[in-house]
Formats: sequence, C-alpha cells, structure tokens
Amino acid sequence: MEIRRDVFQAIADPTRRAILSLVAIQAMTPGAIAENFNSSRQTISKHIQILNECELLHQIQNGREIYYHLNPEKMKEIDKFIEPFRKMWDDRFNKLESIMKNYKK
Amino acid sequence: MEKKTKIHAEDDRLDLVITREFDLPVELLFKAHTESEIVAQWMGTKVLKLESKKYGGWEYETSDPNGNVVFKANGVFHDFVPNEKIVRTFEMDNVNFAPQLEFLQFEKLTDDTSKLTMQIIYKSIEHRMTQLKLPFAQGLNMAHNRLEEIVTKLK
Repeated sequence: MEIRRDVFQAIADPTRRAILSLVAIQAMTPGAIAENFNSSRQTISKHIQILNECELLHQIQNGREIYYHLNPEKMKEIDKFIEPFRKMWDDRFNKLESIMKNYKK
Repeated sequence: MEKKTKIHAEDDRLDLVITREFDLPVELLFKAHTESEIVAQWMGTKVLKLESKKYGGWEYETSDPNGNVVFKANGVFHDFVPNEKIVRTFEMDNVNFAPQLEFLQFEKLTDDTSKLTMQIIYKSIEHRMTQLKLPFAQGLNMAHNRLEEIVTKLK
C-alpha cells in the first residue's frame, strides 16, 4: 500500500529542502539536480519522486528532457507555524463530526 | 491531499478565517456549539458556563492531569441566530492578550452536509501571530518535555 504523503513529511528532510531551494531558482532536470549532491543519483531521484508526489514539484517535458519546477501554490501551504494551529482545529472538528453523527436519526 | 479544515491568514491583516465542511446537517453542526456537554467533548475542556443566547456568557476551564488549571477563557455572545450565526468574544484569563472577536457562520450545503466559516479578529498583528504560534509552541514544549523525561530516566 502506498503511504499517503503530505508536504510536511516532504520538507522534514534536509536533502529535499535543498532540492526545493535549487528548483526555486530555476527549473532543472533530475540529472542537474543530482550533480549538486554527493548522494547517488538513485537516492536523489527517490527524493524528487516524493516531492513530486506531494505536488511540491511539477514536471515539464521539454523535448526528451523532463524539467522540474517548484509549485509555488503548494509551497504556500507550508507554514510551519500555522500548521499546528490548523491541526488543532482539524482535530477538534473531526471530534465534533464523529460525536454529532450519533445524533443523526 | 485535500485538507478538511482550512486556515486563511493573509499577511498584514488583523483577522484569519477558518473553514470546514461537515458531513452533518447544519442543525447538528449548530447544536454542537450550543450544548455544554457536547462542547466539552470536542473542545476537550470543562465548560463552566454556556448561555447560548444573545448577551449570554460563556466560560471554559482546562486542567492538567494533576488538577492544575492550565487554560481559562471566557466571553459573551453578541449575536445568536440558530443554524445561521454566532458572534462572540473570546478572552483568555491571566494573560496579556486583548479579547478577540469571533464570527461563526453556519451554512447548509445539502440536507446532510454543512459548512462552518469562522472569522477571528485580533487587536493587533502581533496578537494574531501569537495565537497562531501557540499550538506550535505547545507542540515544541511537549516534545521537549518528553525528551527531558527520557533523559531523566537515563540518569
């Protein structure tokens, strides 16, 4: 089963944060991204895949090459200060919903 | 991944907006905000007073497992229209924050679904920032305390 990924899991990793800061400046091919790291290309490609699954990156096909861009819309969701606040309300509302379902006829 | 509860907080504004859609008829969503026993359950607090009417007051109090009061808040209902809206103030005791003003709008989407829009207005941008950061800070504290516990056990 595929683990559901969220953006907070994605940015928890320092390598993935570094990838995001690279593609924030310009769109890059996976090869060009990997050149910036000491890790194997395979490792970097796994990181890219995770970022892509969370929609933090989007791919643009240019001829035979795939370029990765930063998805600024998704980046906006990342506000590490706001997220726990959102989560607090989300937890409360989830509880509210499950309690009130018992009142349904 | 679509998030159910959304926070809309624009820079340089005094307010923020929380929205959430529920798999509940609007009547039940509203009821969950008006009855002490129900509020106590989902807010995770003791409800000392909840006068669900215009000009009525409310008071919440939360204690830690040792019985120490860790949170106390109160306010007044300025408007109260069943299944439509609640306007209320929210003020925490024993802290230096000004009261905040909350507008809750209840909307029927279908017979079985509804939407809550909660706009909270703060006195200053700093106040809004503090409130937003509070759960973040608490999370850090909890992690820190757990770490301390583990370290203490190792000694």
